[in-house]
Amino acid sequence: MNRTALVLSLAGIAVLLVPALFGSFAQYLVLNILLLALFALSFNLLFGTTGLLSFGQAAFYAGGAYVAGLLLRARVPILPAVIIGALAAALMAAVVGAFCVRHTRVYFSMLTLAFGMFVYAIVWKWSDVTGGDDGLIGIPRGRLGLAGPLDPNLGPLSRYYVFAAVLVFASVAILYRLSTSPFGLTLRSIRENAERAEFSGIRVRRTIFIAFVVAGLFAGLAGALLAPLEQTVSPSAAHWTKSAEPVMATLIGGPFAFTGPIVGAVVYLGLKELIVRFTEYWLLVFGLVLLTTVLAFRGGLVGALETLARKAR
Amino acid sequence: MLLFQGLVGLTEAMYLWLVAAGLSLIFGVMRVLNFAHGSLYMLGAYFSYAVLRAAGGNFWIALLVGPLLVAAVGWLLEFGFLRRVYRIDEAFQLLLTFSFVLIFDDLVKLVFGPVYQSPPTPKELSGAVFVAGSILPAYHLFILGVGAAVGVGLWLLLERTRFGLIVRATAADREMARALGVRSSRLFTWVFIFGAWLAGLGGALSIPVRAISPGMGELIIIEAFVVVVLGGLGSLRGAFLGAVVIGLLHAYGLLYLPVFELALAYVVMAAVLIVRPRGFFGVREA
Repeated sequence: MNRTALVLSLAGIAVLLVPALFGSFAQYLVLNILLLALFALSFNLLFGTTGLLSFGQAAFYAGGAYVAGLLLRARVPILPAVIIGALAAALMAAVVGAFCVRHTRVYFSMLTLAFGMFVYAIVWKWSDVTGGDDGLIGIPRGRLGLAGPLDPNLGPLSRYYVFAAVLVFASVAILYRLSTSPFGLTLRSIRENAERAEFSGIRVRRTIFIAFVVAGLFAGLAGALLAPLEQTVSPSAAHWTKSAEPVMATLIGGPFAFTGPIVGAVVYLGLKELIVRFTEYWLLVFGLVLLTTVLAFRGGLVGALETLARKAR
Repeated sequence: MLLFQGLVGLTEAMYLWLVAAGLSLIFGVMRVLNFAHGSLYMLGAYFSYAVLRAAGGNFWIALLVGPLLVAAVGWLLEFGFLRRVYRIDEAFQLLLTFSFVLIFDDLVKLVFGPVYQSPPTPKELSGAVFVAGSILPAYHLFILGVGAAVGVGLWLLLERTRFGLIVRATAADREMARALGVRSSRLFTWVFIFGAWLAGLGGALSIPVRAISPGMGELIIIEAFVVVVLGGLGSLRGAFLGAVVIGLLHAYGLLYLPVFELALAYVVMAAVLIVRPRGFFGVREA
């Protein structure tokens, strides 16, 4: 087992100990960090790995959240609702991706933003289904959805916590496996030089398309897991400011290391929790943090730590 | 009614045109997509509003000074920040401009407050004219005139002056222009300042008729993105045509398909992307 996998496993064990040691506020905060970490990791499959900056990932996040929320309100148990939510997001990503992957990087960023706001416009206007301005309210958190009499009730937060954490861990493991696989290397080669990758026999567009759908799937899963946690889904889940969250978390943590978005999610939400106690202008603070990062620390926190460690040796 | 709504749509299009023109010009020359361009539009509105109040309600002074202040902010952005990242990956350039979206949004809230503000239309333009049996505010005609003037002015600037020649040469082949002695760093600064001024002008013109709010920059930048995707990024003709299409879509959409009005522009964008991925006048992407 290499170092990254070891660190991730230890962090996973620590996360699972939280309900035994801390109250519901800590559980709620940690769950939010886990969901953002997953969201940011899925975003970074496109950004850090492939070199494509998407500003529309909230479309898939919201897609997962709304589909899962609607199913839960229709009394579908949690596990199938969450999985179908994620799959619906992947389907959306396939449609949007078909448009976006044909274009170069700058166009890609603009198009993802535009399609993201397209989804926002739909969520906002189609109020018969989405609840419009109010969003989906009164989403129940009940049975898990296993066959047989032992189907656990996830009503208490500490139980839902374990369920969501386990799903996030499994996703992180899959994404990690993916990033070290030949597929991950192919994506990196596209980031470094798409033209050369094409000449060496890689089908660039198809590869990017697959990455886009996978990113949409896990963004959707993060969103789907949010629905039972919050028990409401509001249109802000689809807004571009939501798309900016994984961008900021990834930049803070570092886009070039697998653990970067996870570290970034912890720092981002921790910092936000702190800043909002002092000022409502927390976006200003994150704007300045982002500016500094882009100018001076493009490797993010993890990148800076790696540089430090290398110098110390 | 049909004609009237068309004129209203064209008026809307002119604001979009002013923003998209600067966005497209900056991209064409510098290869930088300025995410903060909508924020410059917003600053144009707030600065002009502040000048308007300081100048005792004189709209013309506000219209002159506000956009110049935005141009100064543009200089600060290019000279102080963007210049440092030209050599790195374009995604980070985009992120740099994005960080200014967040910064400007909150700064404006901090300084001016989050309230929606709308000063009165200037006296000289507060009248109305009858067009096709409906009353059209004279201010709308004024906006149409300014939009057209900017279009003609830009064309003259780019096609008939030495500055325009250098701009076109750099847009067509940056390396060759540099080899022929174009000082691109100075050119970049001026192009960015000019693009910022155009956005600021759009913002300044918006204050009597559109609500001023901290979110106005984001709204218009997303629409401007749609416009340049339609028209082809880097093409001014494309920006103009794209803006007109989106403006008319909004106006007629409100009339005939009010529920889908918001989504209509995106549907058209998707359709154009299928038929012609590079937009109306875009060059093939490298």
